[in-house]
Formats: sequence, C-alpha cells, structure tokens
Amino acid sequence: MKQLTWKDLPIGGIIIEPGNARRNITGTWRTERPVIDQDACIRCRICWMYCPEPAILELDKPYVTKSGKKYDVTYEVDYDHCKGCGICAHECPVKAIKMVSEVTG
Amino acid sequence: MKVYFRTIKDLPVDEYYGPGQLTCAGCGPSIAVRWLLKAAGPDVIVVNATGCIEVTTTSYPYTAWSVPYLHVAFENSAAAASGVESALRVLRRKGILDTKAKVMVIAGDGGTYDIGLQSLSGMLERGHGVLYVLYDNEAYMNTGIQRSGGTPHFAWTTTSPVGSKLKGKVQRKKDIMSIVIGHHIPYAATANIAYPIDLANKVKTALDYLVEGPAFIHVLAPCPPGWRYPEEMTVEIARLATETGYFPLYEWDHGRIRFNPPSNAHFDKSRRKPIIEYLKRQGRFAHLTEEDIKEIEKEIDEYWDYLARLAKAFG
Ligand SMILES: Cc1ncc(C[n+]2csc(CCOP(=O)(O)OP(=O)(O)O)c2C)c(N)n1
Ligand code: SF4
Ligand code: SF4
Ligand code: SF4
Ligand SMILES: [Mg+2]
Repeated sequence: MKQLTWKDLPIGGIIIEPGNARRNITGTWRTERPVIDQDACIRCRICWMYCPEPAILELDKPYVTKSGKKYDVTYEVDYDHCKGCGICAHECPVKAIKMVSEVTG
Repeated sequence: MKVYFRTIKDLPVDEYYGPGQLTCAGCGPSIAVRWLLKAAGPDVIVVNATGCIEVTTTSYPYTAWSVPYLHVAFENSAAAASGVESALRVLRRKGILDTKAKVMVIAGDGGTYDIGLQSLSGMLERGHGVLYVLYDNEAYMNTGIQRSGGTPHFAWTTTSPVGSKLKGKVQRKKDIMSIVIGHHIPYAATANIAYPIDLANKVKTALDYLVEGPAFIHVLAPCPPGWRYPEEMTVEIARLATETGYFPLYEWDHGRIRFNPPSNAHFDKSRRKPIIEYLKRQGRFAHLTEEDIKEIEKEIDEYWDYLARLAKAFG
C-alpha cells in the first residue's frame, strides 16, 4: 500500500468513502472455505442472516436444481472477505455447506 | 415492541457495516452490529466507544461503516452522543439542517458496565433521545480478556484466573438492565445475536421512541477467543444462553415488562435447558466442578425469581 502523507488527507483526517474497509481482503485469513451445494440449498436465508462479515451474497440469480426445483435467488460466498469461521455451515439446517481445507482440499 | 419484521424473509437487504473489518473469524459483536445497522437503515449517526468493534472497523484510512461515525474515547460515548443529539436538535430548530437522523451509541461491556456508566447515567438522566446499545461479550476483549462488571461468576479471564485459590471471577454479573430501568426511560430491552429478527424489531421500536427520550438495548454477543470455543459455535452458544435461561429476552416498555419468545415460557424451570449445555461448550468454564455448576444454577433460579416478581409488579 502506498503511504499517504498529510497532503493526501481530507481536513480533520475524516474518511469520506463509506465502507472502504472492503479493500481489506480478509479472505486471505481463511484456513477452510465454505462451499455451498446449490442443489441441496433450500434458500432459507439462515447462512446469510448469521454471517458476521457479511460474506454470504444473496443474488438475484435464478437456479434450477437437478431435481427440477426453480429458485429466484442464489446464495454465494464472497471469498474476498469470508474468514472461514464456519458459522454458515454449522447453522445451515440441511447441511448444504461444507467446509473445505484451503491447504489440502 | 412493534413488529416490523415477522419472518426471516422480511429482513432488510441493505448493508451498512462491513465487510473488511478486522474482527476475528466468528465474532459475535460483528453479527450484532451488522443487524443493528441493517435494522436502523441509513438515517443514523453511530457513536462508538473504544473496544473491539471500534478498533477493528477503523484501521485508518479505512472504515467499515457506511453511516456517519464518531469515536471519542472509552468512557464517554454517551456524553459524545448527547452532544451530537443536542446539536441535531438545535440545527433542526434553527432551520439550518433538515434531517431525521437518529443517534445510536454502540459500546462494549467494559465501556458500559464499568468505565462509561457515569456518562450513560448522565445521558439517561438528562433524557437525550439516543439509542444506547451495549454489545456484551462479557469481558474487555480488545485488550486481551480482562474481567468486567459484565463477566459472569466463575468465568476465567486473564484477571480472574483459575488456580488453587481462585476459580475464575469471584463476583456475579451486574444487572445492567435494572440499573438502566431505574432511570425510568421509555424503553429498554435485551437481545441476542442468535435471534436477529427479535433484535431488528427491538432496534426499530427503540428508534421510534427516541422522540420521547432515551432507549437502551443489551445484546449478548459471544467472542470465540475470549470465551474459548471454536468459531463456528458463536450462534449456537448465544442461542443456548437464552434457551438455558442464562440470558432472558425481555423488554421494559413505558413502565411495563414483557418477556419475548422463547424466554416467555421460561418462568417454568422445566422449559429451560440445563445450564450445563451452555457452560460445557466454553473453555472459560472448563474448570467448573459439579458443585460450582449447581451454584450457577441456583443463581439463575434466583434471577428468575426476581424477574417473576418484576413481571408480577409491572407485567
Ligand atoms: C480510558 C481508557 N482506558 C483503557 C483503554 C484501553 N482499552 C481499549 S479497548 C479496551 C477494552 C474494551 O472492552 P469492552 O468495552 O468490553 O469492549 P470489547 O473490546 O470487549 O469489545 C480497553 C481497556 C482505553 N482505550 N481508554
Ligand atoms: S465461513 Fe463464516 S465468514 Fe465465511 S461465509 Fe460462512 S459465516 Fe461468513
Ligand atoms: S443456510 Fe443452507 S439451505 Fe439455507 S440458504 Fe444457506 S446454504 Fe441454503
Ligand atoms: S476478540 Fe472477540 S469481540 Fe473482539 S474481534 Fe475477536 S471475536 Fe470479536
Ligand atoms: Mg467486552
């Protein structure tokens, strides 16, 4: 990261870009990554609700499961920010999320 | 409490907190703050006390906040918020600023039970229309797990150690809700990160009441490194805190007390899960003997006795 000098900063040192911490790629901390099985997922929203970051994205992306069930939304992981805590996998009522090792898996 | 969100499907989509904050993986307070802001929406000014949430969200030149945010010091978030609220009031009155913005304090247990208690009490006494939210991870986590007035009896921390003489914290957890209710403010409630719908409804209700005076919400928010458990257990442990009766969900609303599900069924002890289910998942309680656990159970029973008397008087 380029070191800022006082000349680069707004008066008072305030931060004027909301939520710019998203440039911290906290996904690099992860030792395990959550992988969502889109066919098993019942779109209940629980993983999305409990993710602390948030790093579960609720996307307006239609999906048809292998058994022919149609959904309007898809839940995907924002791997740039997911820290791999495993809360989503632990709370998923149908065990549609697996934690996979970043080292061996 | 008014019901703004009935089911999980009603919860709002927009985010005003994160990602990219430097909280540990599985941070309970992070879940709390995410839902505080989602429920409050964009018209809010946050005043944050020093602590994990402040330190991890403000690593300059970055901010994890998408709403205006002010940090002053550890002990004076309620005083700073009183100033912000008064300034907004005057600017509105003079027609200089046309804003509906509400002021919300977010402070830890150290910042509330102990070091900020005087500024909180002053703010409540003066009647500022500010929502004060205490996120309770039951110790001074940001400086490495020191006991606070919010740390429970028998919990290990670095300043309530476990050895041949001591078995964790000697004293009991302070009843902060009773202290706050003693100021006779319009609204005070407990909430828990395992119940985000309840939390979101309480935040909206509290913000609506700010025209009358202050509101307070006490949110339980487990901390994996401080409570000594694996990260994925944060929500499960939080849920057990309420299911075992350790952390009941209730509201003080204009002089009336109301218990929320599932706690409204817990006056009947047989409806509460055994406290061991909560304790055994946490390393900070790993040293407890059967006798110690009995003592904790007795304390919880006494607490429910007290709550039952409150419910009888103010229900
Ligand atoms: C006056 C003052 N004393 C001590 C500190 C050091 N300090 C910074 S954060 C912190 C702990 C905060 O604990 P808590 O309020 O429970 O929040 P948590 O970190 O647990 O989220 C302490 C002691 C400080 N910043 N200011
Ligand atoms: S593992 Fe944790 S951080 Fe990653 S998506 Fe799941 S809940 Fe969010
Ligand atoms: S918790 Fe499981 S079933 Fe529910 S939306 Fe997430 S992945 Fe799908
Ligand atoms: S120490 Fe606890 S409260 Fe602090 S960031 Fe880590 S998990 Fe969150
Ligand atoms: Mg704390």
